[in-house]
Amino acid sequence: MKHETLEKNATLLLIFSLLVVTIGGLVQIVPLFFLQNTIEKVEGMRPYSPLEMAGRNVYIREGCYVCHSQMIRPFRDEVERYGHYSLAAESQYDHPFQWGSKRTGPDLARVGGKYSDEWHRQHLANPRNVVPESIMPGYAYLSGKVIEPKGFGANLKAMNLTVNNGNGAMYSQEAIDNAEADLVAQATGENAEGLMQRYPKAVARNFDGDGQVTEMDAVIAYLQVLGTLVDFSTFKADMSR
Amino acid sequence: MGADTMTHKGSPSGGGAMVMMALWGLLAILAITMGAKAVDTPFAIHMFIFALAAILALIFKARSFGKPAEDTSGYMDNVVRYGAIATVFWGVVGFLVGLVIALQLAYPAWNPDLEWFNFGRLRPLHTSAVVFAFGGNALLCTSFYVVQRTNRTRLALGNLAWFVFWGYQLFIVLAATGYLLGVTEGREYAEPEWYVDLWLTAVWVAYFLVFFGTLLKRKESHIYVANWFYLSFIVTIAMLHIVNNLSIPVSFFGSKSYSLFSGVQDALTQWWYGHNAVGFFLTAGFLGMMYFFIPKRANRPVYSYRLSIVHFWSLIFLYIWAGPHHLHYTALPDWAQTLGMVFSIMLWMPSWGGMINGLMTLSGAWDKLRTDPVLRMMVISVAFYGMSTFEGPMMSIKAVNSLSHYTDWTIGHVHSGALGWVGMISMGCMYHLIPRLWGKKEVYSLRLVSWHVWLATLGIVVYASAMWVSGIMQGLMWREYDANGFLAYSFVETVEAMHPYYVIRAFGGALFLVGGLIMVYNLYRTIKGAQPVTQPVGMVSAAA
Repeated sequence: MKHETLEKNATLLLIFSLLVVTIGGLVQIVPLFFLQNTIEKVEGMRPYSPLEMAGRNVYIREGCYVCHSQMIRPFRDEVERYGHYSLAAESQYDHPFQWGSKRTGPDLARVGGKYSDEWHRQHLANPRNVVPESIMPGYAYLSGKVIEPKGFGANLKAMNLTVNNGNGAMYSQEAIDNAEADLVAQATGENAEGLMQRYPKAVARNFDGDGQVTEMDAVIAYLQVLGTLVDFSTFKADMSR
Repeated sequence: MGADTMTHKGSPSGGGAMVMMALWGLLAILAITMGAKAVDTPFAIHMFIFALAAILALIFKARSFGKPAEDTSGYMDNVVRYGAIATVFWGVVGFLVGLVIALQLAYPAWNPDLEWFNFGRLRPLHTSAVVFAFGGNALLCTSFYVVQRTNRTRLALGNLAWFVFWGYQLFIVLAATGYLLGVTEGREYAEPEWYVDLWLTAVWVAYFLVFFGTLLKRKESHIYVANWFYLSFIVTIAMLHIVNNLSIPVSFFGSKSYSLFSGVQDALTQWWYGHNAVGFFLTAGFLGMMYFFIPKRANRPVYSYRLSIVHFWSLIFLYIWAGPHHLHYTALPDWAQTLGMVFSIMLWMPSWGGMINGLMTLSGAWDKLRTDPVLRMMVISVAFYGMSTFEGPMMSIKAVNSLSHYTDWTIGHVHSGALGWVGMISMGCMYHLIPRLWGKKEVYSLRLVSWHVWLATLGIVVYASAMWVSGIMQGLMWREYDANGFLAYSFVETVEAMHPYYVIRAFGGALFLVGGLIMVYNLYRTIKGAQPVTQPVGMVSAAA
């Protein structure tokens, strides 16, 4: 076929140019849903608890990902600075992923447990309280934003409609029914038995020290769980990836 | 503003207008209902803006009754004029927000610590303002201009082009206000939430119909090369936009949604989109501009017709594979990373083929660079295109990327492409287009254009050099070990070391902004100049 044919037929030009641009995406993206070794088998990963999810939503809303990555690369310096390199399994419940593209601030993939709640509260209120050279904006207003637990189960229901790599529903009906109670329990540390059963390793306590469930509680709960779930004593790297 | 032109129908039929008014009325009622039931304030505000837009459209439509029909025999240029003004306006807004966030990084006190204006919310405002508002309007208006002239026919489908223009501005307003209010999907360059995405899809389909419809009713037997690039840009962006924004809303009366995919798959889908927002939005579409306006301005034919064919097909085929180079050494499987790297390196060739085709079009007309600063601006933009399409493949090599990734080097690379290539070719086209659209011989002051060219060039060079130094320095500091085998620097020490370069970068950005303001003044004087509009532009002239 001469190229002239395409130059004289708009419909053919449209069809050919569309076909040409679909190939790359089909070859690169589609197999990721079917190849077994895309996501490693690990012990300990679980979906986010309601409070962690609320905190994650705040993290996304404030655009934290434009300056903080959550993806430790397998380099000596990164592993020493931040901890074990990140696994695909660790972001399998991240809708959307938050790997980031820029480190204006440090990587946060394993920030959980590294600092106290009080350090986080001070740091978020005004980063220069604890790190004088920091250029991060302040988020003191999060303490004033009360989270209304009512109806939070809708978030879990929406999560259940997402693609979950063939693992079935992310949240049980019991988890959805208890979403509001779990949210409060984790931010107060009271009546947290059910929460701990549904979300093993969840940290339940009054994160920001005041009486209400605020976005400050939620975002600290989220930061404190990051990178803490996978049990690396049972992890074996798959060399075929 | 634009009321009359917007509502005139080619052949006014009362019935059609009534249907349109009913549709706008229904849309307004739907938006108000959804706003009243909103579960969050930003969603209510957005539905109110939506309703307001629908009511305005309804009023404009109603006012068209009884007015004489618009002459539809010539080219449809009013929508191009509006697009040109929007391009210039959003450009300066985008540059300004860019300068503000550059200052926030240099001096954190520029963050007011109010929720609406912190860096994390202003940064998407900046990127969307320059990419989608400035770049998008430049693409809309030049594509509408070029497709009419190269096919010697008026835009297809009557006033649908006006819907595209105003619908796109509404998208910009919803996206921008959404960022400030904290409405975001958290996907870079695809931040708007599900309902704004749906609106953009409707606008984009209309854009495709207008453009493709115009190709179908062309009076030239050949479709000129610029149109191939515009067509591919429109179609591919539709595909990327729809797939990357697949998400599950928490409520149909709320702004929040969760991405359909997660983790690895989500990451690659996002960067398949993200890199091809660069490849098709910021490259293919703007190559369409290059292929029309540089030959026009230089008054020479395109250097090589064969090269433009090779350029087109190889560029669109290879670009779509390049996404994984944004995910080197991440949890994305190695095979995908390697594929992304290989195709990114190959992409160097079609990119430079296109650059050579653009530059060599000046064969026999190089002397014009001395006398015509508008052409100079276009040529500098193609030179920056060549520079950043060499730098890109180099940075996609895994070993280089291990140093450059997560640092300011990437930011510098993006800006030499965005300010140098996209910005300069767009502004060059505006200098060429606006006098012609308003029936003037030439821009008000070529001397001021010359000032703009050099200020902008200097600004980009200062910007990019500062980012090279800071990026490479930070990358090296992160991996530096002391004699005892410990990491030499804490993270915050590397942040501190960036400060002088962030100040220099802001200075470079300020130079670019000043150039933009000079352009606004120059183009304002051009439009307001003494020569009156006499006839539609270029009715007789055929394709380049």
